[in-house]
Amino acid sequence: MPELLDLIVDKYNYWLYIVLMMIGLYAMIGKNNLIKKLVGMNIFQTAIILFYVSIGYKKGATIPIIQGDHGHGAADAVIKAADYINPLPHVLMLTAIVVSVATFGVAMALCVKIYQRYQTLEEDELRMRLSEK
Amino acid sequence: MKLVGFIIVCLTGGLLLYGTGELPAWGDPNSPASTHLSDDYITLALEQTEAPNLVTAVLADYRGFDTMFETAVVFCAGLACFLLLRDFRPKKDHYYRHVPTGVMLHVKNEARTVRTGREFEDMDREWVPSDTIIKTVCRILIPFIQIYALYVVAHGDFSPGGGFQGGVIFGSSLILLAISYNLKTLVKRVTEKFLGVFSSLGVLVYVGIGAIAMALGGNFLDYGKYAPIFGEHHIRALGMLGVEIGVGMAVTAVMVIIYINIVSEGRHDEGL
Repeated sequence: MPELLDLIVDKYNYWLYIVLMMIGLYAMIGKNNLIKKLVGMNIFQTAIILFYVSIGYKKGATIPIIQGDHGHGAADAVIKAADYINPLPHVLMLTAIVVSVATFGVAMALCVKIYQRYQTLEEDELRMRLSEK
Repeated sequence: MKLVGFIIVCLTGGLLLYGTGELPAWGDPNSPASTHLSDDYITLALEQTEAPNLVTAVLADYRGFDTMFETAVVFCAGLACFLLLRDFRPKKDHYYRHVPTGVMLHVKNEARTVRTGREFEDMDREWVPSDTIIKTVCRILIPFIQIYALYVVAHGDFSPGGGFQGGVIFGSSLILLAISYNLKTLVKRVTEKFLGVFSSLGVLVYVGIGAIAMALGGNFLDYGKYAPIFGEHHIRALGMLGVEIGVGMAVTAVMVIIYINIVSEGRHDEGL
């Protein structure tokens, strides 16, 4: 048991993101309403964003913007990699956020279209309407 | 179904939690993600790209291709919303309100628009009384939000920011206009044609900057080849600014396209 506690305290960022991700996954599988499924998908994406950003963190480092004077003499200043956090996960997540907004927009458009045609967003009712025809 | 889902979720979660034992500790500078390429990005990016913001340097220069197709994805999302929802059938019912008396006119099945005098205002099906406080505050705020959005785009390579963020802020300022007034006000000022042209122009600016670099004898998106035209000084940062402007244009227009199409179910007449 103490080992498990140590593991949780050591890796609490991963535990948080996994819990959040599973909430999103459960919403996508278990919920009946299409909008709730979409909210689940957004929670899932947020969890992955948290995971990547937490991977990029380094203890004692600052944001990945080179500090100091950027004039012509700036090239002489030594830039140490340990002083700045990893920029790559931030770049990947920056684009992932935009893509998540885009997918959410298209999914909402599909929901509007489904509602216009069947007057419902509940999955079981939709299945009933589809089997009637 | 719910039980099966719960079991699947528990199994997946348990497996992932079991796997965390192998992952590097929180904030470990020697974790695999922070060792190989990351060090090179941090130590060499300022020298190679002249952009102090490493995120922008990686986004627009080292991974320029990725960002270009990301912009294309955003553009495709706007296009998909348009194609799914846009409804060109003319509106059947028109509603007008006589401002001095508050009498409402309901014109049924009128294909051509009715010409009204000054006292009449075009209204939605359900008239929402205009709130002076909300309108005034939004009218004061929107220009500042837009200036801030332009600042975020323009300073993308020196401070946190860039095309995606600035574009979203600018787009949301336009959405605020639609929320605080009504959708017609927005559609009247920012027409659909303008939005379509603006979003594709944004992608074109990005691709064009890459293609012109090719025409000047470099690789695709090799901003260094612009040096004969704009001078050597900070040429790569300047190229990044150019593509960021393209990204910002595309994202702004697509945000507004998605919003207008979803709230009005593609009819562009009334909505939130």
